[in-house]
Amino acid sequence: MSKFPKYLAAGVFALTCGSPLWAEGYGLGRVALPEEIAAWDLDVSPDGTGLPPGSGDVWTGEEIFADKCAACHGDFAEGVGNWPKLAGGRGTLDREDPLKTVGSYWPYLSTGWDYINRSMPFGAAQTLEPDEVYAILAYILYSNDLVDEDFTLSQENFTSVAMPNAEGFFVDDRLTSEQHFWTAEPCMQDCKETVEITMRARVLDVTPEETAASEAGTESGADTTETAEAAPVAQEEQVEEAALLLDPELVAQGATVFKKCKACHRVGEGAKNSTGPALNAIVGATAGQVDGFRYSKVMAAAGEDGLIWTEAELAAFLAKPRAYMKGTKMSFAGLRKETDIEAIVAYLKSLE
Amino acid sequence: MSDKADKFVPSRRQFLAGAAAAGAGAAATGAAQAAGQVDPLITEVQDWASGLGDGVDATPYGLPIRFEQDVVRRNVEWLTADTISSINFTPIHALDGTITPQGCAFERHHSGAIELAKEDYRLMINGLVDRPLVFSYADLERFPRENRVYFCECAANSGMEWAGAQLNGAQFTHGMIHNMEYSGVSLRTLLEEAGLAAAGDFKDKWVYVEGADASSNGRSIPLEKALDDVLVAFKANGEALRKEHGYPVRLVVPGWEGNMWIKWLRRIEVTDGPVESREETSKYTDTMADGTARKWTWEMDAKSVITSPSPQAPITHGTGPLVITGLAWSGRGAITGVDVSKDGGKSWTAARLAAPGTDKALTRFYLDTHWDGSEMLLQARARDSSGYVQPTKTQLREVRGLNSIYHNNAIQTWWVKADGEAENVEVS
Repeated sequence: MSKFPKYLAAGVFALTCGSPLWAEGYGLGRVALPEEIAAWDLDVSPDGTGLPPGSGDVWTGEEIFADKCAACHGDFAEGVGNWPKLAGGRGTLDREDPLKTVGSYWPYLSTGWDYINRSMPFGAAQTLEPDEVYAILAYILYSNDLVDEDFTLSQENFTSVAMPNAEGFFVDDRLTSEQHFWTAEPCMQDCKETVEITMRARVLDVTPEETAASEAGTESGADTTETAEAAPVAQEEQVEEAALLLDPELVAQGATVFKKCKACHRVGEGAKNSTGPALNAIVGATAGQVDGFRYSKVMAAAGEDGLIWTEAELAAFLAKPRAYMKGTKMSFAGLRKETDIEAIVAYLKSLE
Repeated sequence: MSDKADKFVPSRRQFLAGAAAAGAGAAATGAAQAAGQVDPLITEVQDWASGLGDGVDATPYGLPIRFEQDVVRRNVEWLTADTISSINFTPIHALDGTITPQGCAFERHHSGAIELAKEDYRLMINGLVDRPLVFSYADLERFPRENRVYFCECAANSGMEWAGAQLNGAQFTHGMIHNMEYSGVSLRTLLEEAGLAAAGDFKDKWVYVEGADASSNGRSIPLEKALDDVLVAFKANGEALRKEHGYPVRLVVPGWEGNMWIKWLRRIEVTDGPVESREETSKYTDTMADGTARKWTWEMDAKSVITSPSPQAPITHGTGPLVITGLAWSGRGAITGVDVSKDGGKSWTAARLAAPGTDKALTRFYLDTHWDGSEMLLQARARDSSGYVQPTKTQLREVRGLNSIYHNNAIQTWWVKADGEAENVEVS
């Protein structure tokens, strides 16, 4: 979006509609109206030009992200399958197979706003309100550990966010760094003594054939060509001792639903705290009390105030963690289906 | 029509089996003739020489005859998450000449190929112009028109080969390219219609161009390039653009990476700086070994590939006369020469250019040779009018490391074996 006072000219020429509009040129086309320019001129530049007023916080963004983005980009912006990973990868750019994400690679925050606003969600572009775009971007920054959990991104503070790889780019220098490729007289005879085959495509065998394509897995460097890697879905935990009153089928369902939680929570014998606390015997326990886990302030305080994880409290928390306890560290959107909640509570009850 | 085409698409495996069978047949025919046996295809009256063929209008818009149904674009499924934001490849191994038929010219979409009717089409020019304007499709056809042939190469062409030989076929290693004759209006004409007095000094100004699809695929182009040779095109190879190539109007940015050739072009904004969109920061930048990245690498460096023989186009005729052929191109000018090596780069022979190279367009080359049945390590090396000589993979990696994706213009090697089959390899 240009800083030029673009509506001025449009206004002047709109008055002369119907007669030859301009002396030079062919007089073809018509003047673009201010409303039309506003509808299409949406691009946002690194200095913030083009940003509309608005703001959004990490928690709101997390909810919108879970709803509209996570199907492809993952709950934590870590990416699903071959879809782009938006978080992580810091420190990998000079390694084999660098992970280029918003946090590790993108030089400008404006690019994120511009792209989300103009082209996302995939299949429903241009449906987000400005506040939603600010919020989603705030959450992506949070997922990259670039802002705190209480951060709010707005038009005002937009250009103050530092992008880690802002200085990581340089303008095309091929004319100098590859100057030696401009050799007027290339070698024609006796150019090298020996020639050895050092690599064969057939050894790798990733060329599409009748059925092989979808099965072929390989490292690759092209554009969106991250290998279709299986999401790290762990084996289903064995439910060892289902309590007598628990419906085994429900517990089994809960174990399946719990896969969503396994990225952060460990259960079973010897389970240790991870991103989230270990969850053995959590049903009926006091909140914020698992040994050795650093809880958010609000969760610790809730425990001190006597919050007990009864089935009802747990169900309410799991339905919408952020709404239930604003400020919790748990970066999970919540379970939408009541049946899932019921099942997971049954499963957690089984882990005495 | 598409249903029909889909139905007849054979697998590459079937295709190769067919090629081998055809080769064997050809050899057998040769032997029969040598033995003095008459050819029934000549001595017996064939059905097609007696009965009648199709009437006119059997196919109001013709498709290739069914015997050519394997000459189609192909996708490499594992490259992308789905086919909506993906790419496929031109069957360059099976084409000759330089013009790519639209129907098999590679596609690259970021939000799918959209259907945009001419009557719904609008092109806006705004920003640092004297008059922000809107053109209809009909308006565009009233400006003076130009015809130009240019190649369009995706910056990621050969990108899968950076770290090693990976895909076994010229279509897959080098097929993100097509070459068409475009008819359209120069972007300079349209910008001048809007008036550029407001832009002041052109040297530090840009145009931001975007498409009408959901991806918008916006890119920033220096105003000097925009005023030089960029076209707003609405015809390719004489007919309307195909939907998948941006119908009804696309941008043609000669010599520069395909991502900048905005399809379904809807807006051109004159700006005082680059927008730094997703496509010019997170993508289409080139990561070096030290983790820094080159940006604004717009020009496509000189490059060539032997299209036949190649893994999908093996030698099936045995020893004797052999036509080695391929394509060469440069985004920095015209191809001035192509050298071919049969020994992996020890020695080179100048190939014959089918026609003198033209600016930023594909050039067809031939080496009319004799095959003695021994193994070959076939390579082609392009030279362009700027004095650039296509580098080896080793030379490229010495400068850029292994983590680049885009702009791999290294010399390609095909290992042709004694049975005529060819394989994508790397050599020392």
